[in-house]
Amino acid sequence: MSTNTSRERVLARIRRALSDVPRHERPGDHPVPRDYLLTHGERTPQESVTLLAENLADYRATVHRTDAARLPALLAELLDRRGHRRAVVPHGLPQGWLAQTSIELVPDSPLLTPRELDAVDCVVTGCALAIAETGTLVLDAGPGQGRRRITLVPDHHLCVVRTADQIVDSVPQALRRLDPSRPLTWISGPSATSDIELERVEGVHGPRDLEVILVDGDPQALTPPA
Amino acid sequence: MSGTYPGTPFPQAAAVSTGDRTLRANLRHATHTIRAKRARAVAELEDWDRLRAAGAAIKDRTLRHLDHYLVQLEENVTRAGGTVHWAADAAEANRIVTELVQATGETEVVKVKSMATQETGLNAALAQAGIRAYETDLAELIVQLADDLPSHILVPAIHRSRAEIRDIFRDRMADWGRPAPDDLTDRPADLAEAARVHLRDKFLGCTVGVSGANFMIAETGTLVVVESEGNGRMCLTLPDTLISVVGIEKTVPAWKDLEVYLQLLPRSSTAERMNPYTSMWTGTTDEDGPRSFHLVLLDNGRTDTLADHVGRQALRCIRCSACLNVCPVYERAGGHAYGSPYPGPIGAILTPQLRGLASPLEESLPFASSLCGACYDVCPVAIDIPEVLVHLRERVAEGGETTVRGTRTVIKPARKHTAERIAMRATGWALNHPAALLKAQRLAARSRRFHPRRLPGPGRAWTDTRDLPAVPAEPFRDWWTRTHGGTA
Repeated sequence: MSTNTSRERVLARIRRALSDVPRHERPGDHPVPRDYLLTHGERTPQESVTLLAENLADYRATVHRTDAARLPALLAELLDRRGHRRAVVPHGLPQGWLAQTSIELVPDSPLLTPRELDAVDCVVTGCALAIAETGTLVLDAGPGQGRRRITLVPDHHLCVVRTADQIVDSVPQALRRLDPSRPLTWISGPSATSDIELERVEGVHGPRDLEVILVDGDPQALTPPA
Repeated sequence: MSGTYPGTPFPQAAAVSTGDRTLRANLRHATHTIRAKRARAVAELEDWDRLRAAGAAIKDRTLRHLDHYLVQLEENVTRAGGTVHWAADAAEANRIVTELVQATGETEVVKVKSMATQETGLNAALAQAGIRAYETDLAELIVQLADDLPSHILVPAIHRSRAEIRDIFRDRMADWGRPAPDDLTDRPADLAEAARVHLRDKFLGCTVGVSGANFMIAETGTLVVVESEGNGRMCLTLPDTLISVVGIEKTVPAWKDLEVYLQLLPRSSTAERMNPYTSMWTGTTDEDGPRSFHLVLLDNGRTDTLADHVGRQALRCIRCSACLNVCPVYERAGGHAYGSPYPGPIGAILTPQLRGLASPLEESLPFASSLCGACYDVCPVAIDIPEVLVHLRERVAEGGETTVRGTRTVIKPARKHTAERIAMRATGWALNHPAALLKAQRLAARSRRFHPRRLPGPGRAWTDTRDLPAVPAEPFRDWWTRTHGGTA
């Protein structure tokens, strides 16, 4: 009955099953060939930005490019264009980013219930990094990103990526920069499904609109205060 | 799981399903669509073979020291605020989950698609305890609403066409919550929208989530769920309590190892560079996501599989379903004929090992293959499925030592294979006795006018779809002695 007994039983079964493994073999001894590539192809930083933009667009994210000075105007335009009334914003999002929009800003808070979030039109965040080869944004719940649910429940997600220091080429490079003790969300395009006749359809439970803004310029000026 | 798979042996089940024209058309369309896409996604990576070799080796490293890595995983999940439970079999896993849900006082749970809980029949067990489990993956929802059974690992409703799905939504959604709109069309986008609206309330209100996991990282205690729709993120982050039921073989040693699998899995599975959403979490996080996290580690036949030196490679499987999509047998017979949530080539080697050769169904599965090897070619962790199929065929026909629920046992040869066994033994004897072989060949050559086109007795079925090979007028060795290969 007690799972403690089951723990011992399962571990004992495993040890019996592995009687063919030499006693002197240590867990790390079995060789793993790691001659796979760290990145696929050589790219300049600008080429990586272009590839990221292409791959994001390929999976139906909308991609914009701008520089630090013009970011607030672009964000205001993107929010107003859709007639949004309320946007949820995470702690640590630089105040200047949304200085030119007049819509109501709802600060992220543990007190916000899922239903309250559902009544918000959109969310504006930064990210931890982006992966060019796969068209992926990674959020680690750090400053300017907020709790995981705020980029999930609202139907429109605007995500700002600093081209100067947040873009890596490949999955291996991304993992080297990420901290597994933080909750991580990898986002590659808006939510989608292939469940009907194995054809891809965008827009199921997550945000149906994903807009990514790639920002050139001085990353310090845009870094959220820690 | 809405119901239970009937225990019909594969040949009988397939004899019925292959006659279903709609099913065959649906499967042909879907598997052919994904095949070409997968090939393109894989071709983008010039180091695919090296990633595949690394993917296989990491799993082998884990399996050879599974006890070590599980203990390490348990330590790290616990340190990060999670609680680890161990389940030796399906009944124990279901009991643990039921008690955990009951402890919350909740009578409804939201579920993200999980093969492990399909395998244990969790939904039925929860229902018995008065707890309703809502499947939230689109295909699982279709299966649940239709009171149907999954027939594919990635797309459990692959056997349903868009028109059938529209009818299911229209007829059944009201029984489970918000009804489908009256003017629902069969456009995939409209169907996805209907599912979104139907499930929205459940996500926003439910306080207990149940999931599986694609990977568990021993050195960090991190769990990884790879998905597309966002229903996974909903179930993993909105509820107060999260219960994850995961097979023990889903462990990988290191954080770094994800760099291999996050390249192999999406391209093999949905043929994408990356799936839309991947969630990674380590224990619990203050004020972000569930406040309580339970991990149920499931054996349920995995250690028995591990005890088989040839068959244990099946435990490398990352459930991508690429082998199903290329299999000529799966494409025609459909997933239900395999009698378990694991259909197709991987199911044909996994089910008989997880359950043991317990009934005529499990005994029939290793024969549900033409051994063409397409499954091995596409497997991202290089499981030599044909090798294991042949190995299991031998076990069925000859009997031998195996492990059942942790105990070594010797199983008897299956009865149906008597004629095959006699024929194989006779062949083995003849090939070891050249003089007798030559006599038999000469006799066969001289009597060839009288040979039947079809085999008598138990061999009859084999010749239903094949002609017996014609015996030459002269045995090869006689011809060689006479002509020296045509030079005399």
